[in-house]
Amino acid sequence: MDTRTLVRIALIAALIAALGFVPPLYMPLAAGVPITAQSLGVMLAGLLLGARAGAAAVALFVFVVLLGAPLLAGGRGGLGILAGPTAGFLIGYIAGAYVVGLLAERLKLPAFASAFVACVVGGIGVVYLFGIPVLAAAAGIGLSKAVIGAAVFLPGDLIKAVGASVLVTTVLRNWSVAAQPRP
Amino acid sequence: MIAGYLSGTSLLHRLPAGVKLIALAVLSVFILPIGDPLALACVLAAVVLVYAGFGRRGLLRVLAWRSLLPLLVIIFVLQVWAASLSVAAASVLRIAVMVLIADLVTLSTRLQDMMDALAVPLKPLARFGLDPARLSLAVALVLRFVPVLLESWRGREEAWRARSPRRPGLVLVGAFFSGALSTADQVAEALDARGFGMPDQPAPPTPLSSSRPNP
Repeated sequence: MDTRTLVRIALIAALIAALGFVPPLYMPLAAGVPITAQSLGVMLAGLLLGARAGAAAVALFVFVVLLGAPLLAGGRGGLGILAGPTAGFLIGYIAGAYVVGLLAERLKLPAFASAFVACVVGGIGVVYLFGIPVLAAAAGIGLSKAVIGAAVFLPGDLIKAVGASVLVTTVLRNWSVAAQPRP
Repeated sequence: MIAGYLSGTSLLHRLPAGVKLIALAVLSVFILPIGDPLALACVLAAVVLVYAGFGRRGLLRVLAWRSLLPLLVIIFVLQVWAASLSVAAASVLRIAVMVLIADLVTLSTRLQDMMDALAVPLKPLARFGLDPARLSLAVALVLRFVPVLLESWRGREEAWRARSPRRPGLVLVGAFFSGALSTADQVAEALDARGFGMPDQPAPPTPLSSSRPNP
């Protein structure tokens, strides 16, 4: 891995952290549900950097959070996160970014469609796949109840999937780090 | 700088980070099986007392976790519905205790010490290309980039508002990203120019042109 890639990975990790500071003004549709813009950063990491580097960026972000930097939305951080009921989502972010990157590279759909499918499958599906069982286990509630609980976040996450897909197919179209869809 | 560290000289601060991490793991093994809410409440009270030992800052630190409260309330309600009041109280208390104990380690350990301690278990990953020197550079870069990115966005937003009554839109995002990307690439070039990218070749310093990957 060359230095340029390393620094870009750090940049995207910092971007995910910075998205934790986004005021709710920019998420008007999500009023009422406490959603974080941070999972938008996870989707963008996979889309912009590709599977491996994207997952590395998210893993780096998680690592810095666990080291004690209060960079999760709401100013949380430190080892306490791992002990909390949302730890699974944090781990799921890493796998999610990998799947987003992988699907975005492999899918043979139009650019927007493949980005959107990648975000929904990786950024939502895989993240929930890790997060919900951990939430159910940590809280001692049944899996089905945890699914119902997590469904509250689904509309917000779908908005973010659309947002990430719009960004990478419009203003970030030429952000050429990720493997471009080959002709 | 943003940090979860509270400066101090307590016993917790003086213990090596590795010892604290192992103690945390051992403690969690003992605390997780406790099912009696009364016992857990006692443990929670003891932990809060430790926080109180740090004075006002310590208690504020406990309050900083209030963002977890809505989730705990939801878990409590679900548990009362699914099981019983005592099970519900126990599981919420257990989460609170675990989170606060883990945070004790974070608040009493400097980021650098935590990194050094974590470098030991991460050592086996070196064969997969995880170089500790690169990891610590990456961590430092993230911590530096966060305020840089926030500042850059704020600057662009202010510039927009000074010129237009409309809300800043997607245009700003594009400019923000390309600005951030060029900052990152300049940092990469600066690092390469100082010989960072070629750890296996101590001398001579590599010329700048070779640091650019093929397009």
